[in-house]
Amino acid sequence: MLRWLVLFMVLALPLRAEQVVLGLSRDEVAITATFDGSDILIFGAIKREEPIPEDSNLEVIIALAGPSEPITVRRKDRVAGIWVNVDAVEVDEAPSFYAVLSSAPMETALRQVEDLRHDITIPRAIRSVGAPMNVTDAEAFTEALIRIRAGAGLYQVLENAVDLEEDTLFRGQVTLPANLTEGPYRTRIFLTRDGNVVDIYETSIAVNKVGLERWLYELSRNQPLIYGLMSLAIAIAAGWGASAAFRLLQR
Amino acid sequence: MAIGDMLIYLPIAEVSVNAFLLLGLGGMVGVLSGMFGVGGGFLMTPLLFFIGIPPAVAVATEANQIVASSFSGVLAHLRRKTVDLKMGTVLLVGGLIGAALGVVIFNYLKAMGQVDLLVRLSYVVFLGIVGGLMFIESLRALRKTRAAGGASVSERRKHTWVHNLPFKMKFRVSGLYISVIPPLLVGVFVGILSAIMGVGGGFIMVPAMIYLLGMPTKVVVGTSLFQIIFVTAFTTLLHATTNFTVDIVLAVLLLVGGVIGAQIGTRIGTRMKAEQLRILLAALVLVVCGKLALDLLLTPSEIYSLGTAGGH
Repeated sequence: MLRWLVLFMVLALPLRAEQVVLGLSRDEVAITATFDGSDILIFGAIKREEPIPEDSNLEVIIALAGPSEPITVRRKDRVAGIWVNVDAVEVDEAPSFYAVLSSAPMETALRQVEDLRHDITIPRAIRSVGAPMNVTDAEAFTEALIRIRAGAGLYQVLENAVDLEEDTLFRGQVTLPANLTEGPYRTRIFLTRDGNVVDIYETSIAVNKVGLERWLYELSRNQPLIYGLMSLAIAIAAGWGASAAFRLLQR
Repeated sequence: MAIGDMLIYLPIAEVSVNAFLLLGLGGMVGVLSGMFGVGGGFLMTPLLFFIGIPPAVAVATEANQIVASSFSGVLAHLRRKTVDLKMGTVLLVGGLIGAALGVVIFNYLKAMGQVDLLVRLSYVVFLGIVGGLMFIESLRALRKTRAAGGASVSERRKHTWVHNLPFKMKFRVSGLYISVIPPLLVGVFVGILSAIMGVGGGFIMVPAMIYLLGMPTKVVVGTSLFQIIFVTAFTTLLHATTNFTVDIVLAVLLLVGGVIGAQIGTRIGTRMKAEQLRILLAALVLVVCGKLALDLLLTPSEIYSLGTAGGH
């Protein structure tokens, strides 16, 4: 059913030689009190007027990026027997979440020149301008950033995770972890032929705290004094209530 | 979703944690604090580190929780008139100054990326000292009771340097005429600890009140609770307004578990001998201290860490 719908969309649109038409299983993610991650299905079709070219290799790459923010990466060293943060490198822009999915291994799906042009792979998505004078191995800090975030499921490289059928229909699934940063998640789909980008489709998925979570978060940032007083009042009431309830149960 | 993995997203800490784990932790620390008659902040904060709550959030939230868990205690003591309000106020003034100082230090080190180290190191030092002293003392007490009879050594009131300081004041409820400087300093010190470690500071204040200020034991607990509740409330507000690190959802979950646990703990506590309780608590404090110390001493699996930028 979905496929027919997508095909219908394919036929209804004006076009370039080969063009991406996209669908998303959801275009917003709500972080609620019981949020424990979310899956997003990204699917679409390749629209073309001419027959499928046989002489070159078609691949699809999906890049999903959370809002970028500056990050300080610190390195510990042993000082007087204990481990202390010693060196620090500021990374100017690092996405809070980044997933790259491709229909083939990245080296076949994308030429390096194209990666430099479109900033598709994870190292390209991170912008670091310079390290302080005392740090000579700044790359190690960027590598550590990628390693730590990858370990937390925040940076994902999923090769062969995009299903490409008949060079026309594609689909891929991204699993978002529970510890997400709010904001627009930039979603880009690249169509490549022999590693050269032939079409780009860009959209955005909104990730937002909702309900009580949103309200508490906003209040804590915008009205911190009121939030603080409220926290005290709620905590006192809860503590008192719980002990009163317990005493009642004892009788 | 199974009940066993009821994950809850904490809005300020920005992590998902099992709600039952938090209730259980609160309950466990509650049982201990009921058994031993201690606040439990010094156990809860390190446990929160262990389950992955960011230290800054753990400290600020724990301060909030202590206010709530001490509240009914203060009311009970006020009713029984076992609070020296005048002494409490002097300690409180010191405490507020200390808390403000502590938050300044905390925020300064946070900007330098050293706040984790500061908090952990403070814990290792204080838990080590308190746990060690308690352990030695209770061992001695156990041996004494075993040596039959147990002739209690009566304590003489000594005239120490504390009594020679200026700005003397009369504290009628405690029956003291001493300088305000020592209680003020004790207050400042406890206030700093409250802001940096997220503890009430009773484990430092109570011995200081008895041994340093010479206050009668019957008003010590009520007066210290009186000081603690205001100082930790002030600390909570300072952290909430400067660091935005008070997580009310986390606090309420810990609190509900804690209050129920404390009631159970009090019941267990009355059935056990004081010396046995003390030695158990000492052992527990030393275990937590040892775990924190190992984390500082052993080569970490990841020597890099991420922090928000813009602190310089």
